[in-house]
Amino acid sequence: MATDLHGPVTTMATATPDAVRVEGLTRSFDGRAVIDGLELTLRSGEFTALLGRSGCGKSTLLRVLAGLDREIEGTVLVPKRRAVAFQAPRLMPWKRVWRNVLLGLPGKPQRAVAESALEEVGLGHRSGAWPKTLSGGEAQRASLARALVREPDLLLLDEPFGALDALTRIKAQQLVAELWQRRGCAVLLVTHDVDEALLLADRVLVMRDGVIAHDTPVGLDRPRTVGAPGFAGLRSRLLTELGVEQPAAPSL
Amino acid sequence: MTVDHAPPDISAKSGAATLAAPVGPALEPVVPAASRGGRLRSVPRWLRRTVGPLVLLALWQVLSSTGVLSPDTLASPGTVARAGADLIGDGTLPSAMAISLQRVAVGLLIGGAAGITLALLSGLSRLGEDLIDATVQMLRTVPWVGLIPLFIIWLGIGEAPKVALIALGVAFHLYLNVYAGIRGVDAQLVEAGQALGLGRWGLVRHVVLPGALPGAMTGLRYSLATAWLALVFGESINADAGIGFLMNQAREFFRTDVIVVCLVVYAFLGLLADAVVRTLERLLLQWRPTFTGQ
Repeated sequence: MATDLHGPVTTMATATPDAVRVEGLTRSFDGRAVIDGLELTLRSGEFTALLGRSGCGKSTLLRVLAGLDREIEGTVLVPKRRAVAFQAPRLMPWKRVWRNVLLGLPGKPQRAVAESALEEVGLGHRSGAWPKTLSGGEAQRASLARALVREPDLLLLDEPFGALDALTRIKAQQLVAELWQRRGCAVLLVTHDVDEALLLADRVLVMRDGVIAHDTPVGLDRPRTVGAPGFAGLRSRLLTELGVEQPAAPSL
Repeated sequence: MTVDHAPPDISAKSGAATLAAPVGPALEPVVPAASRGGRLRSVPRWLRRTVGPLVLLALWQVLSSTGVLSPDTLASPGTVARAGADLIGDGTLPSAMAISLQRVAVGLLIGGAAGITLALLSGLSRLGEDLIDATVQMLRTVPWVGLIPLFIIWLGIGEAPKVALIALGVAFHLYLNVYAGIRGVDAQLVEAGQALGLGRWGLVRHVVLPGALPGAMTGLRYSLATAWLALVFGESINADAGIGFLMNQAREFFRTDVIVVCLVVYAFLGLLADAVVRTLERLLLQWRPTFTGQ
């Protein structure tokens, strides 16, 4: 996707163990550096969650990795095959679901390609529907299918569960965990939900002042639950990193 | 919520609604949509739409037959119908309609092509916008009817000035609405298209143009209305054929019945054009999640 563009976002050679390499990345808005000399390496097949307070630049970082923001300084190396799922599903309302899934794929892919991807997210029966008839959860799953059909080496998720209701969110999180385990691609999940990050990710990053301020592996056994041993400790550490004061003794 | 707080003896109360007043708020039934509105709603929509014109027609007939409306002012519907039948019978009206329709079609085609091309150029690129938009915005403030004398000087009194007038009116409406449609496309969708790997042409084809379609349809409606208007103006100057010519002739002989026939034909053609656009909209914009009335 990005290879033929002369921006600083360059594609790296295949067969590297790293899925993303960022060195000295700076992105300024009107002279204010939102990302300020950021360093980051994501390994292939790793599920990483990026936490941060609102406005800390985490979404900007994701847009840079997606190649959507090229007003940058520094080195950014990303895989050629990458896909994004946004907070809003962003389906083209004038295309039926399966056409949305195939949008932008090279060549002339058949409807069956879209349908197998939709099947994977449990949406095979809505393949011929207009986006306006989908529920919020269905639209988000269609958006996920659209990302997966590209067989990405790097899947970028920008708060994809943010707009879903609590019950749908739990199912969507489980779905993402399943898909990641099946596909084995590197995932970067941008979120502000600490529990979500700890439930899904191998590694949690906290972004602050334009850099990765905290980087911790999550060694919990899968499938995870909120009550697992070690969960509460990690959770309170991350909340402290995010600047959230908590009551002295959490009673769990 | 109310269920949680409801006292356990519901069954005792439900029988005696009058006694329940101090216990809770007054309840009113939520009527299902199907049973609402009564008989007028069960009439098919196309039939309901004809009610207004029919009432108007009846009123006109009543006024004519009671003598309130003298035949010199406005012929009665009956006379008009007879005049219409005569005009159709001797072939005057069909040939006039054919000529007028042809003028509108050619004008629409030329004006549409010009308007849409300019809108695409200025809508899709910032360079195009800088070069085209200001110029078009300036020109469109000129009342195009005022250009008739110039058109006659430039193009003579044949078909050209009439078609040019129609094309001009059509071009501005289409330009404005297609341009606005393109610029009104959700930037988030464009970004999503970029993230999916669409190139510049792919974005235009799959995201921008479909997104501009509702605007284009609005433009088409306006431009059709303008096309008929321009036709009336164009045909009232030096025409030797067409509906406008028929009307001018009738004016000279004080034939209000023929004038009304021509007006009815204009209205009918306008309705027909509207029906075409409605059908197009139903086919092309069925994806749109918009309010369609209750």
